Amino acid sequence: MALSSDDVLRLAHLARIEITPAEGAEVRQKLDRIFELIGRLRAIDTHGVVPMAHAQEVTLPLREDVVTENDQHDLYQVLAPAVAHGLYLVPRVLE
Amino acid sequence: MVTAPIASLAQGLAGRRLSSVELTTALLDRVAALGAPLNAFLALDRERALAQARAADARLAAGDATPLTGIPVAHKDVLMTAGWKTTCGSRMLKDFVAPYSAFVVERLADAGMVLIGKTNMDEFAMGSSSESSYFGPVRNPWHLDYVPGGSSGGSAAAVAARLVPAATGTDTGGSIRQPAALSGVCGLKPTYGVCSRYGLIAFASSLDTPGPFAQTAVDCALLLNAMAGHDSRDSTSLDRPPEDYSRLLRPGAGAKPLTNLRIGLPREYNAAGIDADVAAAVDAALAEFRSLGATTVDVALPNLDLSVPVYYVIAPAEASSNLARFDGVRYGHRAAKYDGLADMYQKTRAEGFGAEVKRRILVGTYVLSHGYYDAYYLKAQQVRRLIADDFQRAYRECDVIMGPTTPTAAFRLGAKSDDPVQMYLNDIFTVAANLTGAPAISIPCGFDRNNLPIGLQIQGNHFAEALILNTAHRFQQATDWHTREPATMALESAR
Repeated sequence: MALSSDDVLRLAHLARIEITPAEGAEVRQKLDRIFELIGRLRAIDTHGVVPMAHAQEVTLPLREDVVTENDQHDLYQVLAPAVAHGLYLVPRVLE
Repeated sequence: MVTAPIASLAQGLAGRRLSSVELTTALLDRVAALGAPLNAFLALDRERALAQARAADARLAAGDATPLTGIPVAHKDVLMTAGWKTTCGSRMLKDFVAPYSAFVVERLADAGMVLIGKTNMDEFAMGSSSESSYFGPVRNPWHLDYVPGGSSGGSAAAVAARLVPAATGTDTGGSIRQPAALSGVCGLKPTYGVCSRYGLIAFASSLDTPGPFAQTAVDCALLLNAMAGHDSRDSTSLDRPPEDYSRLLRPGAGAKPLTNLRIGLPREYNAAGIDADVAAAVDAALAEFRSLGATTVDVALPNLDLSVPVYYVIAPAEASSNLARFDGVRYGHRAAKYDGLADMYQKTRAEGFGAEVKRRILVGTYVLSHGYYDAYYLKAQQVRRLIADDFQRAYRECDVIMGPTTPTAAFRLGAKSDDPVQMYLNDIFTVAANLTGAPAISIPCGFDRNNLPIGLQIQGNHFAEALILNTAHRFQQATDWHTREPATMALESAR
């Protein structure tokens, strides 16, 4: 299969990555090569094969439902691009 | 002396013929003299390293040392290291200082290792050449025009150039073994779940595996002893009794120490386009194993050629989910100019990620999207099962599987940059161990016509680390490929 320019823009939107029209053609050409590689899988008969989601057949462990984390608010917020009054700042989404 | 393997350095430290401060100082001087052309390090900290070395010397004097106490180490920059910049080779995390340390970083620090620096890598560990780092490519110490392999190329190059006796890496599709092969050192990918992923900045969570680089199999066992262990902070960390991975490596064992070892040789490897020099080196290694008493048997891995397509569905799918966290809100890069929240996300991610990372996120987004999930992602998980079943059938007939780690020795910088699929096909022999979760090691076994190293891969079934380490060790007792060092003249003249 070959992607269209619209397909690339739709993917870029879903992935929240801006792709300029100038970049679009090269991105599309390289993605086409990758889809050619992985497209081979579609022809393989896997009827009745149980999907393997993980390298180990283990069930996820459970623990007591108690608080185990310390409050490290300040330590982690030092890393943020924009904070005020202990809150992460983002552009306004509601007028 | 300072360029010796860990086991020799540890004897020097224990016998007080060498102090950790002397060793650390000498290696930091060596990095300063020879390191620049390799671009293997993203961060070095002499003062902090020497403080740790002094603490290690005190531990040695107090009789409270482990076999790793006082030995310098470098960590791949995908591993969180408290108080150190941890960039993943990405503009996205260019100024990110880790607030805590990864489990394996903690464990090696607890053992008394001296951290001298963080190593360069393909951005977010996505690559096979260490060229995609935002901070410039790593170069191969055997020839500066060639790549060291990737994604843990900085760690491999640093150990190969004897700038550090040990380094950590992470292996998602071959990112420890492939650079170990191309740089001429030993690199071990343990069984999935043996080393906690806590603090490993996630690429593909069902495949990511931390592991060691060193000069010898003995040293890899020492490092794995310290790195392995249960950790409740990683839900996939296995709770198993502690294991001494060095237990089979004792001296002696006679002239034919591998008499009961059955080596499986996959028939499908013959069709994989192996370079003639690589094939000849691997054949010579197999002859050596036979002279050590091992037998070889043909085995079948009929779905081997599907392992690369399966990997390049599953790994990007998991990456697209894991890397969604980089949105310019809680940490990392944020675009300077944007128009509203959605535009901030899109510009931040467009600026923060490099081309290969973006490609993989886009591929992952596609294979997980509505209407394509069954055709790609579910299908890949089913074929992953077929590949894992092939290996289990093969291990009924053999104890280990051997072959080249990569189809060719190192390639020139830029040679595969324009075609992602050519780059991906480097992984043909390494990705299966990540899909199955089983352990594998790459060890040096020769050189090609350009005097570039060739790696032999020894794979084993789940939890067979001690067996594959012993297999590698017996080979290293009988041969000297692992002792070959790149000439330092090229590094000196390139300064």
